[in-house]
Amino acid sequence: MKTVRLLLWLPLIAFLIVLGLVSSGLIKPHSTTIQSQMIGRPLPAFTLPSGRAGEAPLTSTGFADDKPRLVNIFASWCVPCLAEAPELMVLKREGIRIEGIAIRDRTEDLAAFLQRNGDPYERIGRDDTGAVQIALGSSGVPESFVVDGKGIIRAQHIGEIRPEDMAGLIAAVQGAR
Amino acid sequence: MIAETGLAALWIAAAFALLQTLMGFAALGGEGRPLIRAVRPVAVVQALMTATAFAALLLVFWHTDLSVKLVADDSATTLPTIYRIAGAWGNHEGSMLLWVTILALAGAAVALFERRLPERTLAATIGTQGLIALGFFAFLLFSSNPFARLDVPAAEGNGFNPLLQDPGLAFHPPTLYVGYVGLSVAFSFAVGALLTRDIGATFAKAMRPWVLGAWIFLTVGITAGSYWAYYELGWGGWWFWDPTENASLMPWLAATALLHSVTVLATRDGLRAWTVMLAVVAFSMSMVGTFLVRSGILTSVHAFALDPKRGAFILVLLALYIGGALALFAARVATVAEGNRFDPVSREGALVVNNLLLSAILGVVLIGTLYPLGVEAMTGEKLSVGAPYFNTAAGPLALLLVAVMAAGPVMRWRRDELAVVGRRIMVPTAIAVLALVAALLFAPGLHVLLLLGLTLAAGTAAASVAPLWKRNLRRTPLFTWGMVVAHLGVAVSLAGMASESAFTRETLVAARPGETVHVGPYAVRFAAIDPAAGQNFTAVRATLIATRGNADPLTLQPEQRTFDNPPQQTSESAIATRLDGQLYTVVGEQVPGGRWQLRLWWKPFVTLIWAGGALIALGGLLSLLGRILPRRGVKVEQHGYTRAY
Repeated sequence: MKTVRLLLWLPLIAFLIVLGLVSSGLIKPHSTTIQSQMIGRPLPAFTLPSGRAGEAPLTSTGFADDKPRLVNIFASWCVPCLAEAPELMVLKREGIRIEGIAIRDRTEDLAAFLQRNGDPYERIGRDDTGAVQIALGSSGVPESFVVDGKGIIRAQHIGEIRPEDMAGLIAAVQGAR
Repeated sequence: MIAETGLAALWIAAAFALLQTLMGFAALGGEGRPLIRAVRPVAVVQALMTATAFAALLLVFWHTDLSVKLVADDSATTLPTIYRIAGAWGNHEGSMLLWVTILALAGAAVALFERRLPERTLAATIGTQGLIALGFFAFLLFSSNPFARLDVPAAEGNGFNPLLQDPGLAFHPPTLYVGYVGLSVAFSFAVGALLTRDIGATFAKAMRPWVLGAWIFLTVGITAGSYWAYYELGWGGWWFWDPTENASLMPWLAATALLHSVTVLATRDGLRAWTVMLAVVAFSMSMVGTFLVRSGILTSVHAFALDPKRGAFILVLLALYIGGALALFAARVATVAEGNRFDPVSREGALVVNNLLLSAILGVVLIGTLYPLGVEAMTGEKLSVGAPYFNTAAGPLALLLVAVMAAGPVMRWRRDELAVVGRRIMVPTAIAVLALVAALLFAPGLHVLLLLGLTLAAGTAAASVAPLWKRNLRRTPLFTWGMVVAHLGVAVSLAGMASESAFTRETLVAARPGETVHVGPYAVRFAAIDPAAGQNFTAVRATLIATRGNADPLTLQPEQRTFDNPPQQTSESAIATRLDGQLYTVVGEQVPGGRWQLRLWWKPFVTLIWAGGALIALGGLLSLLGRILPRRGVKVEQHGYTRAY
């Protein structure tokens, strides 16, 4: 009878063990950053019509000119892109070349957006279908890629660029020669 | 205003849940009659307030009120109306509110309709129901407020996961949740009965319809979810052993075991402790499932809350509720008088074997689901346990279970003779042997598990109708019909699974329009590929003309859809259903040379899987009706093998 009584506690003990296991899994810091599979690979090939009236298209072949740069994926309709606009202007003043890829956008909306928030871009390509965005392994706007002088992706920044990200990004671009 | 009304209703509901808890448990001590009477309306008011909060959430989603954070995050004005509304539970906060709403409604249903349970046990049951609700109200109000406003309304919402944009979403989660949360009633019954030490046939008879009700919804939810995944994901599979699927399967396994053990308790007053234990375990599995999915601790397509703080909150609730109930069980159940004993060869004996096998399968699934967590906790390595483990470990157990299921219903209560039982299932055994011979002749080289599956499906289908043998069918009670239909459903479903695994033909090609591809008995001509557009997506649509012998050609149009908000691509499969199977087609990426990836499957008798699931649910419904409708002049005998269930 005694052993039966002890057995009755077994379910509770089993549950507590599982509980301990699960909480340890929960307490451990989770890795929320996703290492992009594209890092270390060349940019996917693309040719995008320019987002500014009358300019030449943005082609991936033009990226292997020995100059490192930041490729910024944005859109005039994207709210966090507004938030990072001032930081992009600072980056431009720091001498960072920034190429823009506008996702599902219209030239006139883009013009209004750049008029209001400043225009940090060397060139802008219009990705009307999101195909280049997907090929880059980007899941949303805004995102930024550090691309070295040979057209190889060196780093990916997901979400808007905040003041605290600036130092790291500048170093990444300058280090990507 | 609507959002604030919802929030206020939620707070009031929480206050009533507290009141319900205090009154329910206070009624346990001595003279509690007035309290017992008063606790019923309190539970009803709590449910009404919770339902009000949920209605408010539906309204803000229907209007796409973009000043509400949840709406801005998970909906958009461009969505079709059905997804604007269903989007209310396609996210973490909304689905938790739905969960609590069903919990409150279940509690109110007990308060309104339960008449058989002894009064003190009932009061404790309603109190427990209030206590569970209280914890989840706290969770909603303190860490997952669905009605939080944005300081500045959004210009447009972020949109809604395209994979969830399917009519299935409108029905699948609510159905499953009714099943999950409906099991809370069994849990509360068990806690109540443990507190009053009043566990016996009356308790079991009172609990049985509630378990049945929840179990029917779980069955429907799992079956529909399986079909949904089958056609929506475009992978051609019907069960993926995904953690979220396991989270719904585990409560179902426990509830199925409970359903059978509660019958032993109701009919023969045996298995008292075990039944109470299962009642606790079944809802615990529901809560564990909720936790696993909601905390995002096991990553899967279904998890939309990757938030460790919320996970920790639910974990504390689980520790309190499950730990508390298990501790109460351990402390109390030894003082509950032992129930009736029985012979190993008897209906009870077969049901015990059924319970042990179901529990073993439950253990296999639980271990497989938690194993990655354990490994990560100890070594930091990330891994996932896939179908090979589950199929190898659970498959043979499930087949054994089906075999026992064939024999169980024709056995007598208390004591029976193996030889006599063997004679009763002689015809089904013969049918099984015939099926085995046929399978060996016409499909040589089948895997032994598939061979056994086909054989058992045939034998069990025959055995499941054996309890109707030589009976006046019109006087057979509904719950007997229910058992027969449900067991037949298991056989039908097993036949579908075995046939799908054994005979599926698959073709993956890169084809140009105009080319013809063969799969199974079909010749499929790739007729055209065209652009197409929907309200919030653009697509390429392939037109496939499938011919088979002299039958009229079938036209299938699978699509590759690109959604713009949020940007995502999905494959929309096209499926043609014939009596003897399904032709399943998916169009994939374009490949160089003007070719498109086409993936074609011929799946013989695959529909039996879900037809069987529907039969199982129908059987449950018949049993439920048989239990709650007035008897049709049939006297249930306690000891005859044909009459008593």
